[in-house]
Amino acid sequence: MREVEAARITEEVARLCMEANFELEDDVQNALEKAYEAEESPAGKEVLRQILENSEIARSEKIPMCQDTGLAVVFVEIGQDVHITGGDFETAINEGVKNGYTDGYLRKSALADPIRGGNTGDNTPAVIHLNMVPGDKLKLWVVPKGGGSENMSCIAMMKPADGVEGIKKFVVENINAAGGNPCPPIIVGIGIGGTFERCAQLAKKSLLREIGSVHPDPFYADLEKELFGLVNDLGIGPMGLGGRTTALAVHIEVAPRHIASFPVSMNINCHAARHKYIEL
Amino acid sequence: MADYSMTTPLSDEDVKKLKAGDKVLLSGTIYTARDAAHKRLVDLLDEGKELPIPVDGQVIYYVGPSPTPPGKPIGSAGPTTSYRMDPYAPRLLDEGLKGMIGKGMRSDEVVASMKKNTVVYFAATGGAAALIARSITAAEVVAYEDLGAEAIRKLTIKDFPLIVAQDCGGGNVYKEGQEQYRR
Repeated sequence: MREVEAARITEEVARLCMEANFELEDDVQNALEKAYEAEESPAGKEVLRQILENSEIARSEKIPMCQDTGLAVVFVEIGQDVHITGGDFETAINEGVKNGYTDGYLRKSALADPIRGGNTGDNTPAVIHLNMVPGDKLKLWVVPKGGGSENMSCIAMMKPADGVEGIKKFVVENINAAGGNPCPPIIVGIGIGGTFERCAQLAKKSLLREIGSVHPDPFYADLEKELFGLVNDLGIGPMGLGGRTTALAVHIEVAPRHIASFPVSMNINCHAARHKYIEL
Repeated sequence: MADYSMTTPLSDEDVKKLKAGDKVLLSGTIYTARDAAHKRLVDLLDEGKELPIPVDGQVIYYVGPSPTPPGKPIGSAGPTTSYRMDPYAPRLLDEGLKGMIGKGMRSDEVVASMKKNTVVYFAATGGAAALIARSITAAEVVAYEDLGAEAIRKLTIKDFPLIVAQDCGGGNVYKEGQEQYRR
């Protein structure tokens, strides 16, 4: 049994909330720089120039790159030999979110009640996805998620007969309809299989993958590549102004499904694709 | 495609000059409002009451800035997606609003109202919120303080970089730009 103090979790989550909002990770930064070099559309290139300049300002001044600092999504892998001491786990994470969003001057976008409203005042509660795994490590991914790209995400309970062609149609049609709304260049996360809720979670989880990584199964790696081409052929371009760069990556995650079901989901991330990771 | 520098308030003549794809550096005073503030403004109009901000000739920016850090006039302040304001926008355009700043395409109803009322829709770069904040030299909450980030603020801006996304003649940079690069 390995002990991890709740206060340590709070401290790290607070730091990661701030850092994620101030600094793009290298994979996203590099992909945007590459896109800037390659973009043919003058309007699209100007948008990418502004995005890169913005990234530098946010990083050097330690201010949020986007005013929508998101709901705090936290993925956790906890080893079964880890014992949390000095407080409960969920409170530790939420305290971290509260401290990070307050001390970092990050926007509080959480409404306590979805219909009646009322800002919670500190951007809690976090959306926590918890997995228990063998071992004594505690892994945390802090993924602040903005509303603009989340709103363009979708799920379909397709027929098994729809097959791969159905998936392509679902992805291309929905990205085309979203146009400039989700702040392209986007990262497209696709979940295939599972139940309704597992499918949506797969799409979200795929956004944690590094840009440039490919699916370990060559069949899905090929599908990622094909979808990447189809999406960029739409010509939506940076901020929807037209151009070659609509997506920086397409990531697929899959799970076994029911014989009658063929769930497919798509979770879109904007170019301010924020994610920070730590192992405790 | 032309480059312009303009100062608010905007006249019909200013708006008529602007074509989809033009670049504009906007200066002067603008007001912020997004989902919740728009609902309140339109509710006031429904009740026949006076609005808390001037609208005639003015420009509204769809933004909910992040909190203001010490020593700065405002936090990060990029545009939010405009379609959510589409149900409310035509009412404000009928009151004389001349410009809107946001991101993403507008509805057919808003486009019709923009033609009828001679109004321009500008796009700012979504996610470039730290950069845009440099164009904002002063900010003051003027209504609905209880809404926090969604409160209405009066902003003083200097050379805010914008692109004419949809003009008052039906020109649309999204449609035109995307068609050009579609394969």
